[in-house]
Amino acid sequence: MLATLGRRLVTVIPTLIGVVIVTFLLTRVLPGDPAVYFAGPAATPQSIADIRKSLGLDKPLPEQFARYVNDLAHGNFGNSLSTGRPVATEITSRLPASAELTLLGLILSLVIAVPLGILAAVKQGSWIDHTCRIVATAGVSLPVFFTGLLLVYVFYYQLGWSPAPIGRLDAFATAPPDITGFYLIDSLVTGNLETFRASFSQLILPAGTLAIFSLAPIARMTRASMLAVLASEFVRTARASGLDDRTVIITYAFRNAMLPVVTTLGMVFSFLLGANVLVEKVFAWPGIGSYAVEALLQSDFAPVQGFVLAMAVLYVALNLLIDMLYGVIDPRVRLEG
Amino acid sequence: MTDTATIVPPASTAATPLPPLAEAPPAAETKPESNSIFRHARYVMAENPVTGLAFVLFALIAVLALIGPYIVPHDPLASDTAVSLQAPTWEHWFGTDQLGRDIFSRVVVATRLDFIIAISSVALVFVLGGFAGIAAGFFGGWTDRLVSRLADTIMAFPLFVLAMGIVAALGNTVTNIVIATAIINFPLYVRVARAEANVRREAGFVQAARLSGNGDFRILLAHILPNIMPIMMVQISLTMGYAILNAAGLSFIGLGVKPPTPEWGIMVAEGAANIISGEWWIALFPGAALMIAVFTFNLLGDGLRDLVDPQRRT
Amino acid sequence: MKRRQFLKSTAAVAAGAAISAPTIFSAEAQSRKETLLLVTENGPNNLDIHGVGTNRPGYEASWNCYDRLVTHSTKTLPDGSLSYDRDKFVPELAEDMNIGDMSVTFKLKKNAKFQDGTPVTAKDVKWSYDRSIGVGGFPRVQMKAGSLEKPEQFVAVDDSTFRVDFLKKNRLTVPDLAVIVPGIYNSALLKSKASEKDPWALEYTKSNTAGSGAYKVTSWKPGVETVYERNDAWVGGKMPQLKKVIWRTIPSSGNRRALMERGDADISFDLPAKDFTEMKKGTKLKLISNPIGNGMYSLELNVVKPPFNNPKVREAIAYAIPYQKIIDAAMFGHAMPLFGGKSNDVTETVWPQPTGYKYDLAKAKALMAESGAGPIESVISFDLGDAVSSEPMAVLIQESLAEIGIKLAINKVPGANWRSNMAKKEMPMMVNFFSGWLDYPEYFFFWCYSGQNAIFNTPSYVDKGMDAFIDGAYAAAAIGEKEKYAANVKGFISKAYHDVPRVPLFQPFLNVATQENISGYQYWFHRQVDYRKLVKA
Repeated sequence: MLATLGRRLVTVIPTLIGVVIVTFLLTRVLPGDPAVYFAGPAATPQSIADIRKSLGLDKPLPEQFARYVNDLAHGNFGNSLSTGRPVATEITSRLPASAELTLLGLILSLVIAVPLGILAAVKQGSWIDHTCRIVATAGVSLPVFFTGLLLVYVFYYQLGWSPAPIGRLDAFATAPPDITGFYLIDSLVTGNLETFRASFSQLILPAGTLAIFSLAPIARMTRASMLAVLASEFVRTARASGLDDRTVIITYAFRNAMLPVVTTLGMVFSFLLGANVLVEKVFAWPGIGSYAVEALLQSDFAPVQGFVLAMAVLYVALNLLIDMLYGVIDPRVRLEG
Repeated sequence: MTDTATIVPPASTAATPLPPLAEAPPAAETKPESNSIFRHARYVMAENPVTGLAFVLFALIAVLALIGPYIVPHDPLASDTAVSLQAPTWEHWFGTDQLGRDIFSRVVVATRLDFIIAISSVALVFVLGGFAGIAAGFFGGWTDRLVSRLADTIMAFPLFVLAMGIVAALGNTVTNIVIATAIINFPLYVRVARAEANVRREAGFVQAARLSGNGDFRILLAHILPNIMPIMMVQISLTMGYAILNAAGLSFIGLGVKPPTPEWGIMVAEGAANIISGEWWIALFPGAALMIAVFTFNLLGDGLRDLVDPQRRT
Repeated sequence: MKRRQFLKSTAAVAAGAAISAPTIFSAEAQSRKETLLLVTENGPNNLDIHGVGTNRPGYEASWNCYDRLVTHSTKTLPDGSLSYDRDKFVPELAEDMNIGDMSVTFKLKKNAKFQDGTPVTAKDVKWSYDRSIGVGGFPRVQMKAGSLEKPEQFVAVDDSTFRVDFLKKNRLTVPDLAVIVPGIYNSALLKSKASEKDPWALEYTKSNTAGSGAYKVTSWKPGVETVYERNDAWVGGKMPQLKKVIWRTIPSSGNRRALMERGDADISFDLPAKDFTEMKKGTKLKLISNPIGNGMYSLELNVVKPPFNNPKVREAIAYAIPYQKIIDAAMFGHAMPLFGGKSNDVTETVWPQPTGYKYDLAKAKALMAESGAGPIESVISFDLGDAVSSEPMAVLIQESLAEIGIKLAINKVPGANWRSNMAKKEMPMMVNFFSGWLDYPEYFFFWCYSGQNAIFNTPSYVDKGMDAFIDGAYAAAAIGEKEKYAANVKGFISKAYHDVPRVPLFQPFLNVATQENISGYQYWFHRQVDYRKLVKA
C-alpha cells in the first residue's frame, strides 16, 4: 500500500513542477505591465522604472523564476499587488468560502443526479429514461453564469424567496467564529442556529447553480454504471434466487455501481472549483475564484500563480485520495495496482 | 463541460485502467454494406427518438450556419438607435438590442461563428490530442510518459482559468479562443485515444499489418485511427458543445470575441445585465439558441455512441 | 422586509442567548437605523491615497477617515441636489485660514485629536504634507498642480500653527489643500510603524486608518467589504448621524439594482446611465444625478503617428461622429452634449462646452477628400472596465467612420493593459474619459493638452501655442487678472477645438440611487461618497 502511495507521489511531482513552470510563464506573458498600473496617474517613464525595480520585475526571467521557486520553497506565495496582502493568507482565508459552496453544490447535485441515474437505468429505454437524460443535459447546456442570473431574477427579484445575492452572509449578520471557515459547520458547532439558517439561505442559489451544471456527468455515470452492474452475473443470480427488486437494486447493484461514480466525483469537484469563478462573480461570493479573476484582469501575477498552484495541489491530492480509496474499496484494483 | 462519463475511470493516466465497464471489441470493420448501416441507423433512431431529433437539429444548425447570413431580414451590424431596446415585434422578431440592432438577424448570423468555433476547436484538439494519445498508447515507453505528463499537467490546472489566461495573454480573437479551448480539452482526448490504442496494440489486425511490412506511422494512421474514430466521435460532439459554452464564459469576463461580431455567448453575456430591467429578449433568444445547440451536440454524442457501439450506452 | 426583520430579531435573541458574546458581536447591538449599507461595483485596494496604485474607491476611504486643513462648503443646485462649493472654503482641521501674499497660515483646532487619542499638532501636519510629496507617484503630481513641491514650503510655526509658503503664485494652491491628498496623518503612530525600507509606514496605512477623520475602518476584506465606525471625538465638522457604514462590493450591476429595489441596500453608487434612466420612470427610490465637473468623454486620436497626424483627417472624423446617436444609445440620453455649438471659436470660458462640430457626413467626406489620405485601416480601443458605456460608443463610431473610408477594428483592453497602453501612447484611437479634481479649465488642459505630455495627454499633443495659452491662463489667474485669464482660456479652448487632437463627445453624469429615507448626499469633485453628511431617517 505504502509502496503504491510512494510510486504515485513520484509520478505526481513532475506534474506539479510542470504546473509551476507553466503558471510562471503564463503570468509573465500576460499583457499589462503592473508597474504602469501602480504608477497610476502620475506615470512618467521614471516613476514606472522605479516601481518596476521595486517590484523586482526588471530582472531577467530566469532570475525571477529562481526567486519565485525559492520563495515557494519557503511557503512564500508572494504578495498581491492589488490588495497588498500575502497571497497565502488570502487563499487560506478565501478557500473555505469556495470549498463550502462547491461541496454543497456537489451534494445537491448528487442528491438529485444519483436517484435520477438509477431510475433511468432501472427503467432503461422508457420515457422516464429519456426525460432524465433531457433534464440532465439541459442543465449543462446553458452557460453557468446565465443559469445563476436567471435564478437570481426568478427567486430573488420576482418571488423574493431567496435572500439578496450579497455574498456569504447578510451585511447585518455576523459571521460565526472561524473554526473551519465553513459557516455551516462553524455555526452548528457553536450552536448558533440563526447564523446557520442565514448562511444556508445565502448558499442555496449559488450552490443550486453549480448543482444544475454538474447534474449531467453524475447522472450519466450513475446510469452507465448501474446498467453495467444490472447486466452482470451476480445480479442475475440474485434475481434468480428470488430476491425482490428493491433489495437487488439497492443492496446489491447500487453499492457496486457507485465505485466509478466516486471517481467521477473527484474530477467533477476539481472542475467545479475552477468553474465556480463565474458563479462567484454573479453572487459576489468572496472565494478564491473571484480573487483569481480580479487579479488576472489586473495583471497581478502572484494571486493567479498562487490560485493555480493551490488548485493543482488540491486536484492532485484529491485524485490520489480517490485512487487510494478505490484501492481500499475494490480489491481488484489493489491486486492489479 | 466535457462529459466525464465517457472516460474509463480512474483519474490518473499513470494507473492501469480498471477492467472497463464494457470491454470494447475492435469496432466495426464491417464490410461496407451501406444497407446495413442505414438500417442500423434507422433502428437506433426508432428506438431512441431523442437521438433522431438531435440529428435533425444538427442538420438544421449546419444549414443555418451555411446560409444564415443570406437569409436574414436585417443587417446584423446595422444600428438604429430610434428602435433600441424594443420587445419582439413583427418587424423585429426577436426584438432589438441597445443599439437598435435586430436580434433575430444577429442570432441567425451568429450560428456560423459559433459553429466554426465548435468545429475548429474540436478539429484542433482531435488532431493534437488524438494523435498524441494514440502515439502514446501504441508506442508506450517515453512517448507515453511524456504525453501523459503533459496531459496531467494541463489537467491539474483549473481549466477555465487556464483558458482565461491563454486568451488574456494572446488576445481575444476567435483563433485564440479556439486554441484555448483545444488546449484545455487536450488531456481528455489524449486519455481516450491512449486507452483505445493501448487496447488495440497487440490486436490481430495490427500484427497482420506489421507483417505486411507497414511502418509504425502507417499503422497508426491507416489502421488504429480509423478504429478508434467511433469512440472519438462521441467525445467530439460533446466537446463541440463545450467549446461554445467556454466562449460564452469568456465573454462574460470580457475576454470573448470582439464587438460588434454577433456570437451567442457574448450576446448572452451582454444581455444578462438586462434581465433585471425587464428586457428579457436580449439574453433569452441567444441563450435559447446556445442551449439548443449545446443540447443537440450532447444528445448527438449519445446517439453516435448508440449507433456505433451499443455496448457502451450510457 | 418582514423576513429580514424576523431574522434580525431572532438573531438578536440568539446573540443574547449565546454562551459567550465576544466583542465582535457588538455589531448586533448597533441600531440598524444608524448603519448604512452602501453597494458599488468595486471596493478599495488600499485605504491610503498615498499608497502605491491605490484605486479610486481607496480615495473614498481616505476622504472619510482623514481630515484636511480646510474643506469646501455645500451649495444647493437648481435641481435641489447638493454639491460642494468650488469657491467657498470652510475650516475642517484648521479653525482659521489666513491667506497672505506668498503664504497661507492655518490655526489648528485646539481640541483636534487623532482616533487613538493623541492630539493633532502642526508637526503632524508638516509630516503629512512631507509625506504627500515624499511618497512620489500620484500624490506628488497632484500636489505639484498646486505648486506644492518642496518640503521647505511646509512650516510648523508652533504646535497649533501651520504655514504653507508659496513657490510662486498659483490660483490652484489653496484649492489643492482641500483635495484628498494632503490628509493629516498621525505622525507619532506612523513613525512607530515605519521601517528603513518603508519610512512613511505605507504598509501600515494600507490596511489601517491613522487619522483624525469622522470615521475609522474597523474591518477591511479586500474585494468584499469595508466596515467603518464613527469617530465620536471628531471635531472637523458636525457629528455625522451614521454610527456605522458597511460598504459591500457587488460586481453585478443587475444585482445591485435588485438589492436597491427590494430595499436590501441603502445606497447604490455610480449607477450605469441605463439603470438610472429606467429607474427614474417609476420607483420609490431617490435618484440623484450630477454632471461630472471638469470631465468629458472624448474620442482621442494619436497626433504624432499616421494616419491621424493629418489634421484634415481629424476634422473629417469630428464631422462623421454620430453624436446624438451615441448619447441616446450609450447614455440613454442622460448626458450633456458637447457638440453642435455655435462655432469652434468659443466666446465663453465655461468648461466643458460644446464644440462647433456636428454630424455632417457630406462635410466629413469632403474633408477626407481634401486631406489626401486614402482609405484608412486602424483600431479603436477602450478600457474593458468601462465597457458598459464605451462599447456602444465604439461600435457606433466604427459604423459611422466606415462611411468615410476609415475601417476600424475594435479592441477591448482589460484593466491593467489599459494603463500600460496609455503610458506607451501607441493607441491610434481610443474612447476615453477624463475629469480633473480642480474644476478649472486650465487644470484640465494642464493634464490633457500641455507639453509636459503627461499620461493623460493620450494624443501626445505638444504645441507651443497651446502651452503659451495654458501658462498665460495660470499666470493671469494667479494675480487675478480676469480679462487676460478669459482671453487665454478662450484661446486654448478654441485652439483645442480647431486642432482637434481629441473630439469631445459629452459630459457624463454621476448617478446615485438611495432609499427614500436617506438624505444628505452631496456631489464632490472626487466623485466618491462622503458619509459624513448622510442622514438615515
